[in-house]
Amino acid sequence: MKSLTRIVLHRLFLGLLTLFVVSVVIFTAVNMLPGDFAQAILGQGATPEAVASIRRDLGLDQPPVIRYFQWLAGVIQGDLGRSFAQANFTSFTGTTSGQSSVMGQIAPRFANTMFLAGVTAAIAVPVSLALGILAALYRNSVFDRVVNIATLSSISSPEFFLAYILILFLAVLNPLLPSLSNIYSDMGLGERLERTLLPALTLTLVVTAHMMRMTRAAIINLLASPYIEMARLKGLSPMRVILRHALPNALAPIINVIALNLAYLITGVVVVEVVFVYPGIGQLFVDSVKNRDIPVVQACCLIFAAAYILLNLMADLMSILSNPRLRHPR
Amino acid sequence: MTRISRRGLLRSGAAVGVLAATGFPVLAQAKRGGRLRLGLNGANTSDSWDGRTHSDAFMVNGAHGCVFDCLTEVSATGELIGELAESWEATPDAKTWTFTLRQGVTFHNGKAFGADDVLESLSMHVADGAKSAAQPIVASIDEMKKTGDHQVQIVLKEGNADFPFLMSDYHLLMYPAGQIDEAIVKGIGTGMYEVVSFDPGVRFVGKRVASHYKDGKAGWFDEVEFIAINDSSARMNALLTGQVDAVNRIDFKTEPLLKANPKIKIFEVTGNQHNTFPMLMDVPPFDNLDVRLALKYSVDRQELVNKILQGHGAVGNDHPIGPANQYYAKDLPQIEMDPDKAKFHLKKAGMENLTVDLRVSNAAFNGAVDSAQLYQASAKKSGIDINVVQEPADGYWSNVWLKQPWCAAYFSGRATEDWMFATAYEAGVPWNDSHWTDARFQELLLQGRKELDSAKRRTIYYEMQQILSERGSTVIPMYANFVDAAASGLAHGETLGNNFQMDGSRIAERWWFS
Repeated sequence: MKSLTRIVLHRLFLGLLTLFVVSVVIFTAVNMLPGDFAQAILGQGATPEAVASIRRDLGLDQPPVIRYFQWLAGVIQGDLGRSFAQANFTSFTGTTSGQSSVMGQIAPRFANTMFLAGVTAAIAVPVSLALGILAALYRNSVFDRVVNIATLSSISSPEFFLAYILILFLAVLNPLLPSLSNIYSDMGLGERLERTLLPALTLTLVVTAHMMRMTRAAIINLLASPYIEMARLKGLSPMRVILRHALPNALAPIINVIALNLAYLITGVVVVEVVFVYPGIGQLFVDSVKNRDIPVVQACCLIFAAAYILLNLMADLMSILSNPRLRHPR
Repeated sequence: MTRISRRGLLRSGAAVGVLAATGFPVLAQAKRGGRLRLGLNGANTSDSWDGRTHSDAFMVNGAHGCVFDCLTEVSATGELIGELAESWEATPDAKTWTFTLRQGVTFHNGKAFGADDVLESLSMHVADGAKSAAQPIVASIDEMKKTGDHQVQIVLKEGNADFPFLMSDYHLLMYPAGQIDEAIVKGIGTGMYEVVSFDPGVRFVGKRVASHYKDGKAGWFDEVEFIAINDSSARMNALLTGQVDAVNRIDFKTEPLLKANPKIKIFEVTGNQHNTFPMLMDVPPFDNLDVRLALKYSVDRQELVNKILQGHGAVGNDHPIGPANQYYAKDLPQIEMDPDKAKFHLKKAGMENLTVDLRVSNAAFNGAVDSAQLYQASAKKSGIDINVVQEPADGYWSNVWLKQPWCAAYFSGRATEDWMFATAYEAGVPWNDSHWTDARFQELLLQGRKELDSAKRRTIYYEMQQILSERGSTVIPMYANFVDAAASGLAHGETLGNNFQMDGSRIAERWWFS
């Protein structure tokens, strides 16, 4: 167990280092884009005076290196800074609303994203595990083929296409579910779930194939090993062989794939958000890149990177815990 | 961008006497009730209730059309009527304007509306460091003073017959004096709907105030909900599946499909919005009038309207005054595509053929790149080789527009001729994107501004349009319509406002559930 703590600490340290590198890369990249916040927000109205005035207000007239370290110093103290987009108007009225802090702006959006990811995971993970196990059990049968073809076609189609197909069948032709998923804070859980279902189903179709096929492959891989042969010779039922004997040993790769897909659900669902008008963090992120709102872009990237790092760490920990040989290394 | 315009009489400045505000026509069939749900684009996370920053449909409909009022309003039929101002009068030189304000109006927080609110609300546009699109309007004011609790006197630096029209600009919202900061954060105005919740870039919910000075003339819904749907397919979907009652800015490509749906009504108006190709007239080869004319004769305007706007627009005549303006010169000879004339002018300029760069991006207007390519193809016939250079959409307005000798741009049009010319065609103004200067044009501009006589103004503005059409340095091939759609359960008055999308951005006031 001691080694486990050491691994966690080591990984967390590396994770922090990664976050630092990510923030440098993102900051540089956003600065290299043509135009800056002042020009983006003023559009056709970007007179030199107005641009200079906004730049001065936001400190954009400072050299990038200084701005980066100012931002970094804030982050270390837990302050993600102020969103340019909101600061722009508060700065000359002299008031600061809760919205102007990056935290205040991201928090509700991030909660929505986590909600969508949670609902999707609650559907997709059990479904893909069950399908994977059944496909392994009845491998090369008609069932196996149908499941494979269906999941592979859904993963091969672009997300927006799947989304529109679902809208067509579940919202337009048979009005079962709302096509707009504009959830908001004072909405009851029931309505929220109802509105989130279509995007969640779309995402389920996107992520199922990956997890299901990994489950199937990992189990089938093990089915050739001698100890499974032994179990079969004992006369155990095929279902029991798979669930009790094969699955525990196949968990490590499956957990890894699940973790990857969960991270994808948190970071990569902009298209689905746009189609369903879901107020998640992805839309905020794209808006912010468009506006060159560097503090928000940075904060989003940190969240995305942290999601990947933490989920991967969790996956590794769980594979270690699921494997006695790794749990008790000699 | 200001997209206010009007038809009909310029009642405001027509006479010195007091002109009573006429109000809306009484609509017997309109009835109260229901929650209007709109799917609108143009929403941003940077949105706020600060009128100085408004530029797109979501906030213009929300602030100008629901929560806040201006001094004056352009009615659906294009007349100027009083909103918070009851009446106004001018001295004969159109320099001093006196506005009498409506009495008994309160803000949503209970504060009574009066002269101080007007002075402070206007001043915020010229405050130090303020970035207001309406800054030039307020900057033209020399002195503002309170002449009574409900009367203000505004003295202009130069006479301006159109001044009351300018007061209907959607940036010039009336805020409660002394509480402007709070009003900007919470959205406290005098409008028909007060803010229930507002999530920038996501959603706005408003509730009808219990009593309002427009009662019986407008404001039929109990509640309004605006949902930010920037993606056009998602907007169409929301309308088709009944998630919203109306949407703005229809995708022209899917318009025929929507039209075929019996549950949907399309509403379309031609306004002053126009797409342009400005040439810098002090940069060779555009400093040669014959080169400019050759280029003007080389574009197939009707083709652009048909293919880029899918017919939802009208051909332009190289001047920025649109069909929604009062002094629109509709009998001005239309410039047609004519390769022979183009070749003639090219020859006169001493050239056999001509190669020019045209820098475009779809940031300039939707379909700008395709338009440039069509222009390129049609100009080949006159021996002109247009080299279409695609520029990145990011930073287009800062790096290309006003800087490159020939590029693409758009203007949403202005309520009055003078305002439009003063924005982009007056010598030396920052947005003069063709560096246009012409002695006669400039003389007429100053003359027209002070003129209160409608007939004389007509002659002046006709000549100015003619000058731009014949000598101007901007190719204006087309006017783009405002095309919106609504569920068939919604009803509206006889005429739709053509100064902005969604019935002049007043759908929440003017429409009702039948």
